[in-house]
Order: sequence, then structure tokens, then C-alpha cells
Amino acid sequence: MKSAITPLALLQPRTLADALAMLRDEGPLVPLAGCTDVYVTLNFGTQPATRFLNLWGLGELRGIEAMDGGLRLGALATHTELQRSPLVLERLPMLAAACREVGGVQIQNRGTLGGNVANASPAGDTLPVLAAADAVVVLRSADGERRVPFGELYTGYRATVMHPDELIVAFEIPAVEGDQWFRKVGTRAAQAISKVVMAAVRGDRPRIALGSVAPTVVRLRGTEEALAGGATIEDAQAVLMREVTPIDDLRSTADYRRRVCANLLARWWGSTSEGEGS
Amino acid sequence: MRFTLNGAPAEVDAHPMKRLLDVLREECGLTGTKEGCGEGECGACTVLVDGEPVCACLVPFAQVAEAEAEVLTIEGLGGEHPLQRAFAELGGAQCGICTPGMIMMAMKLPPNPTLDDVRTGLAGNLCRCTGYEAIYRAVLEAAGGEVSA
Repeated sequence: MKSAITPLALLQPRTLADALAMLRDEGPLVPLAGCTDVYVTLNFGTQPATRFLNLWGLGELRGIEAMDGGLRLGALATHTELQRSPLVLERLPMLAAACREVGGVQIQNRGTLGGNVANASPAGDTLPVLAAADAVVVLRSADGERRVPFGELYTGYRATVMHPDELIVAFEIPAVEGDQWFRKVGTRAAQAISKVVMAAVRGDRPRIALGSVAPTVVRLRGTEEALAGGATIEDAQAVLMREVTPIDDLRSTADYRRRVCANLLARWWGSTSEGEGS
Repeated sequence: MRFTLNGAPAEVDAHPMKRLLDVLREECGLTGTKEGCGEGECGACTVLVDGEPVCACLVPFAQVAEAEAEVLTIEGLGGEHPLQRAFAELGGAQCGICTPGMIMMAMKLPPNPTLDDVRTGLAGNLCRCTGYEAIYRAVLEAAGGEVSA
């Protein structure tokens, strides 16, 4: 580990109320859940923070429950728990599919849904699922709780509307009507960070979300509207290519990402349409 | 700070942010667990915590000690475990850095695994000698499954 360990401090709350009081009174603190992102930065010596808050033992942040035909997912639900949960498999199978493609089993056992969202990488595999599902993020501070639509959580690259004294405590997922679809495109099946990741729902109103193609995860409202209005898939692809703003980086190029997005759109539409499935 | 290490109670006084990997290697003297990439990509540092495989390079010691968790490392298998014997006999180890992680991960494969099960289960473990075929043969042999990799 390149970071010196002696200057680091770890606060260890026993309850969620303790944790929120520590965030208010002793911050700024970086919350630790499964550590699969934060410890990478500590190992490489690139983590600027020195004070951390250990959430791992807080049972109040765990749990996967049914709620109004949908789900309530505790922030500390791990990728392993989510892909094994009968409730998730029944009501939000695209989330189980996304969790199966996060890292290897070792990472899935520790990495959490709340951590994936709070880390705010535009390449986070579960983010398009939450966007396409119209999830609501439940944030809590010592002063109270507020609910933020997932689409309003991110304000820019790795930036969110969260205050420094707030924690993600849960995600509320309304009932999702229609066929769910998830696809990740990366260098290899396990361990690769996404070049493009897509989640979509084929219901009365199509819903499409993409990761790794913009500074934040994006819902493709224009493409959705085009498809809902009866546009051909070629026309919808043209709208999509205008809606995404991918960049060249070490994992891929903007041109490749744009082309793959368009192909994924066609593949999804073709494989979920009634009577003309491919 | 207390936890269970390879079936025996252990007490270690270490910084709560210290990596489980470093606690095992430096405080407990168990150097069988290797550090590869330090970012959760290679699986060389895989150990079982409460029966589940994790990357010991990404787990703060506090998260093991607070739950008084049970940690199982390669040393806990004793040296004559069927997986260890099969790796030795079938050339499953070359440079050996990935071997402890491969074996700890293979402990969690389903009973009578198919080659696909092995490939999927070990997808988070990288072998830079690229000795995968021999590794798969060893895992299948130890599991009593088909040795047809």
C-alpha cells in the first residue's frame, strides 16, 4: 500500500445515528462500505482523504425488501446478495444481470450498490439499471431524510447533489413494467471496466440508459421519445448518436463507443420486440 | 482486535485501516497469501472471510475484527488438501504467485463443477504465466469432475 497508514483515521459507528452524528460533527469523512474502490486509491497512493467512516457493520443499511410492487434495496446490499435475491431476480432482473458482471466474485462479495452509486464513476455497471428503473435515492443526514430521483443525483463528472454530511441509506425501485435488458461491453467478461454499458426496459414507454458515454450515466429521452412515436430503429439510432457524448480514453474511443451504442440499441429492440424477435 | 484465523482464535494489535493482506503477512507471518495487483483485478490475495472469497488487499482489518470474522488462508488447508495435491501433481503452478488465490477461490466452486463452472468461478483470478489449462485440470481433478480441459 503506497499510502502511509499512520496518519489515517477510521471512525467506527455502532449505529446509523452514530454515523450521521460523526459525519455532522467530525467531518469531512469518506464513508467506507465494501472498500473495493477506496482501497484501490489507498493502495496506489492517490487517495487525498485521511479520515474515514466504517459503515460495513451497520445492519440498518442492509436488506432487500419488497415495497409497493417494487423494491427497497439497502445501500450496503452487495452485488452477490443482489444477484442471488429471489425478489431482485423476479422484479429487477436487469440489476441481477449487472451485478453478475461487476469484477470477479471476490469483488461482488464486498462491493455494494450504495458504494457503486456514491463512487459516481460514469462507468459504474449498476448505474444505468437504476436510471432505467426510475430509482429513487434515499439520503439521510442527522437533520433528516430526503428522496432524490436517480436522474437528478449526478450533476457532472463524479459530482452529485449529496451534501458532505449525507449518506445513501437505500434505493427505492418502483414496479417496472415491461421486459428488462442489460448489456455490458468490455475487454473481457470479468474484471473489465465497461467501454459501454446499457440497461433498457421495453414497456408501454421505452426506457434506455447508458453508461461510459458521457460524464455521468444518461437516460436517452430523445431516443425513447422517437421509439415511442414509432420511429424506425435507424432513425432512433441517429437520435441516439446525437444524444451521447463519449470520449476517447484508455479503454476505448469515442467513435467505437458511439457505434456500439447504436448497435446495442438495435440489438435490444430486435430481441425484445413482439412477433419479430431475433 | 480478535478474529479467527485458520480455525484458531487470533489476537492482533494493528491499525484498523491496515489491509487484511498486510495483517496476515506481516503480523501473523502467513506469507502464503500473495499481493499481485493491489486493485482487486488479479485475485492473488484471495482468502475466505466467513466462508466467502474476498481480495485481502481491499479489506481493512477493522472490517474483519469488528465482526470477529473467520479467515481462512492457504496455510489453513494444511498442505495435503486435494486441491493442493492436484496443483502440484498436474503442473497447476508455474511461478506460483497466483496459486494460493486460485486454490482459495476453487474452494468455493459448486460440487462436481463443469469446465464452464471452473472458468466462471476463477474469472477473477489471473495467471500471468497463462497456465490456465493446467490450473483447470487440477481443479477438476481435485473436485472429482471430468478432467478434459
